Amino acid sequence: MSQIRSMPVESDVMISLRDLRVSYGEREILHGISFDVKRGETLVILGGSGSGKSTLLRTLVGLERPGSGEIWLRGKNLATISPAEMDEIRKKIGMSFQGGALFGSMTVGENVALPLREHTKLEEPTIEIILRLKLDQVGLSKFENYMPSQLSGGMKKRAAVARALAMDPEILFFDEPSAGLDPIIAAGVDELILDLKKAFHMTIIVVTHELASAFLIADRMVLIDKGNVVAIGTTAEMRASTQPRVRQFLDRVAEPEVSQELDYLQMLTEENHSPGR
Amino acid sequence: MEFAAQIGESVSNTLAYLGSLTWLGLRAAYFTFVAPFQGKQLRLQRAVSQAMQVGVRALPILSLITFFIGLILALQSAYELRRFGAINFVANAVAISMTRELGPLITAIVVIGRSGSAFAAEIGTMKVTEEIDALETMAIDPVHFLVTPKFLAMIVMLPCLTTWANAMGILGGAVFGVAQADFTWFRYIRASLDALFLRDIVTGLIKSVMFGITITAVGCHEGLSTGAGAEQVGRSTTRAVVVSIFMVILVDLVFTTLFFFMGAR
Repeated sequence: MSQIRSMPVESDVMISLRDLRVSYGEREILHGISFDVKRGETLVILGGSGSGKSTLLRTLVGLERPGSGEIWLRGKNLATISPAEMDEIRKKIGMSFQGGALFGSMTVGENVALPLREHTKLEEPTIEIILRLKLDQVGLSKFENYMPSQLSGGMKKRAAVARALAMDPEILFFDEPSAGLDPIIAAGVDELILDLKKAFHMTIIVVTHELASAFLIADRMVLIDKGNVVAIGTTAEMRASTQPRVRQFLDRVAEPEVSQELDYLQMLTEENHSPGR
Repeated sequence: MEFAAQIGESVSNTLAYLGSLTWLGLRAAYFTFVAPFQGKQLRLQRAVSQAMQVGVRALPILSLITFFIGLILALQSAYELRRFGAINFVANAVAISMTRELGPLITAIVVIGRSGSAFAAEIGTMKVTEEIDALETMAIDPVHFLVTPKFLAMIVMLPCLTTWANAMGILGGAVFGVAQADFTWFRYIRASLDALFLRDIVTGLIKSVMFGITITAVGCHEGLSTGAGAEQVGRSTTRAVVVSIFMVILVDLVFTTLFFFMGAR
């Protein structure tokens, strides 16, 4: 119980980030991120390519280790947690990867049932029932015996969501749910996220750069740029924001990424000689 | 100084690489031999299907290759033995060099080409498509899930394949013996068996188990350390084959030296 004492007091906070810093080798990607995710809300993490939003997501699900700072989740700090405790937390979260990340050598059904077969002692008939239920929820009832390679892009995403839902997670993470899908199929995936939100009151965290989809599904949004939080607020607050960086992102003002070779080299060398490393 | 620093760096890189191979091998061994008694299931079904892939499907090509190797060995040794009028020792020469050295080695090389590369490609592709990450976020250890069945299949199948390879090599030698050295089939096989000590066969099989561990560790390690992008899978696969062949020869040298001094006592 001692660990819970140091967690932020509000009981409706699901995840709490405090000055989170993450580096790949010498390069620091996230420069001190702090925000809270409330229980039952849908939080969209917005940001351009290279903003660090994917790194943030990977850190939240424990695929990257924070360099410093804290991530509080279920009363545990992910920065200092043991692998065994991390595994316990992972059984309570679900993650839907960009390309689905379904196992190609298994059928859709085996993919969805995998976490159940690995982590529970449920009887096979029970697993079958849960499996049907999860596939129903994502609208793939008849596709249990298909191989992932036989599914379309949107169906793969749905199957991946079903797998993420298998263990009845408290938090569901989405990495670019509409990436690589045509607008109609992407809208279908947005629908699915909204349905899940309504049906289970799950905490949902979505990383995306698709504005339309973000405004549709989000309760609140975080805009990340160059490894820093630029703005955080409800969709209405974001729309009304006058912050230049927010406006630029929301109004989709073009900006050449790096125009000069010299600037690019400077950017690289600065990263290598940043103070304190 | 620059040069010394480079040597230092490559030595420490090599040691780090060997360290991570050993670590991977030890973890796979733990999940195979220890964890099942602690309530973590061993994926026998996956291991069996791997064993089919690694072992049974390798039989045709392995049989052909080792048959030819046996025949070549007989031809080469007869060339020299003939000058001393000792051509009937060709059975001894083939039997001993097959079981002690060439059977395990040729088997390992065939398995590297068929399975070591496949391990790296399979796991590398899974890495690129985030399937390895997916396993981790589901709290499933990729080493337990992916490497252990391969490990088990390899340490069981390589000795089996090696035994088969030895037999096919001796058969290849017998073809020469019967055709050119006045043996009958029966006498050739008899002469081969008389030439062999149990120790020859056992040392060969011990080596083959070590080769199996080496090939699994290198193939899976290369797969797991694949970078982003499809071309990295190709790189990993190539590296898996090259490094495995080198490592197998190295392990062979170590164990042959060991057996030499153990036998000399």
